[in-house]
Amino acid sequence: MPSMTPDAATPMVKATDVHKHFGALHVLRGVSLTVARGEVVAVLGPSGSGKSTLLRCLNHLETIERGCIEIAGKTLAHPDATGLARYPSESEARRICQHTGMVFQHFNLFPHLTVLQNLIEAPMTVRKRARAEVVPLAEALLAQVGLADKRDAWPARLSGGQKQRVAIARALAMQPDILLFDEPTSALDPELTAEVLRTMRQLAEQRMTMLVVTHEMAFAREVAHRVVFMDQGRIVEDRPAADFFAAPRHERARAFLASLA
Amino acid sequence: MDYLLRILPPLLDGAGVTLGLFVLTLALSLPLGLALALARLSRLAALRGAVSGFIWLMRGTPLMLQLLFVYYALPFVPVVGVRLPDYPSAVVAFTLNYAAYFAEILRAGIQSIDRGQYEGAKALGMSHAQTMRRIVMPQVWRISLPPLANETITLVKDTSIIYVLALNDLLRAARGIVQRDFSITPFVVAAAFYLLTTLVLTWVFQRLERHHAEHDA
Repeated sequence: MPSMTPDAATPMVKATDVHKHFGALHVLRGVSLTVARGEVVAVLGPSGSGKSTLLRCLNHLETIERGCIEIAGKTLAHPDATGLARYPSESEARRICQHTGMVFQHFNLFPHLTVLQNLIEAPMTVRKRARAEVVPLAEALLAQVGLADKRDAWPARLSGGQKQRVAIARALAMQPDILLFDEPTSALDPELTAEVLRTMRQLAEQRMTMLVVTHEMAFAREVAHRVVFMDQGRIVEDRPAADFFAAPRHERARAFLASLA
Repeated sequence: MDYLLRILPPLLDGAGVTLGLFVLTLALSLPLGLALALARLSRLAALRGAVSGFIWLMRGTPLMLQLLFVYYALPFVPVVGVRLPDYPSAVVAFTLNYAAYFAEILRAGIQSIDRGQYEGAKALGMSHAQTMRRIVMPQVWRISLPPLANETITLVKDTSIIYVLALNDLLRAARGIVQRDFSITPFVVAAAFYLLTTLVLTWVFQRLERHHAEHDA
């Protein structure tokens, strides 16, 4: 259970030589990545470079064929004698992935539930916690993302920025050790993007471990401790954010930054 | 007026038969239809194929033929051969037939739910069963309500074909009196009864839809 917090030295994510295909397409070609507790890591790169797929493999939305994935010190996937990745039982994999929370590009809020119900659903059905115990936590999280007054609203009534902040609060309600963000602002107007980034910045200040796939260079520059740059299924740079933005080493990274300038 | 009061008791008996068959069929075919819909989407190809075949059979032959088959032919079928009395025969035939239609409505509903809903639930640690029960099915019900209402209203009127098994439903009772008394009043009463039932169903489904539509901004 995530409540049994692993010690500070254990990496929250440790992926080693991960390979993944979609049919004939080799989307992850030997990716290795470690994220320490309290670290904020931005994953950058052109579209199709495998950023989102990597994130989705870390919380078992996709399975890998080769390599090893450890989440908070627990093994989600490891190679067997032939080198192919093996997974534990579905329920065990689910338990391991409870260390992770995920925020999606398209929010994926549950439209038939109110904002509060979206937050308390998983703690109640998955963790079997009592409603009376979960509601105060959910209300505190809504206050934290600035949406206390939307407690009983339906998701369809919210702006995109509000939806994404609810989605962040919903992920936090499961008290994960690391939050994975899959292009959280790509579906939003600049104005709404700002309010979501503000919330993410607050989380970073509270020392939340975050792995963020994003196109928001300002966020990566100002909030991330490290930048991981991916290209064609490989991590081609993995350096402190300040160093990366000062002088990207890799040719593709330089071209990428130039194209955004 | 006197005449109306005189013909009402046999017509009400008929209405009882009609309503009974309607309620039983609905109560049995909805759960069966849901099971078929889920089986139709199963990962097991053999199960998918079997269910597709069953749905094809049920939608591809007349309900009256199925009714006659269950009553007259089923006793002679090896292994499953059972002789059912007339009323249970009707319930079985109607349930199988309507389950096939409900299955297709619910299958379409389930398939219309965005993949993001499953992923959102999975990322929160919910099992597949929890996701279906708590996240997917409540949305499927809402989407499926209008077509389910349609089928349900059709069912009320379809029940009238059980006259072929000489069951005294509302329409057969009315026809008996018409032939005896040379008056069309029983037909008018029967029509009024069907219309009333449909009105009540329409109202119930409207309430359900409105209840579920609340969250659609």
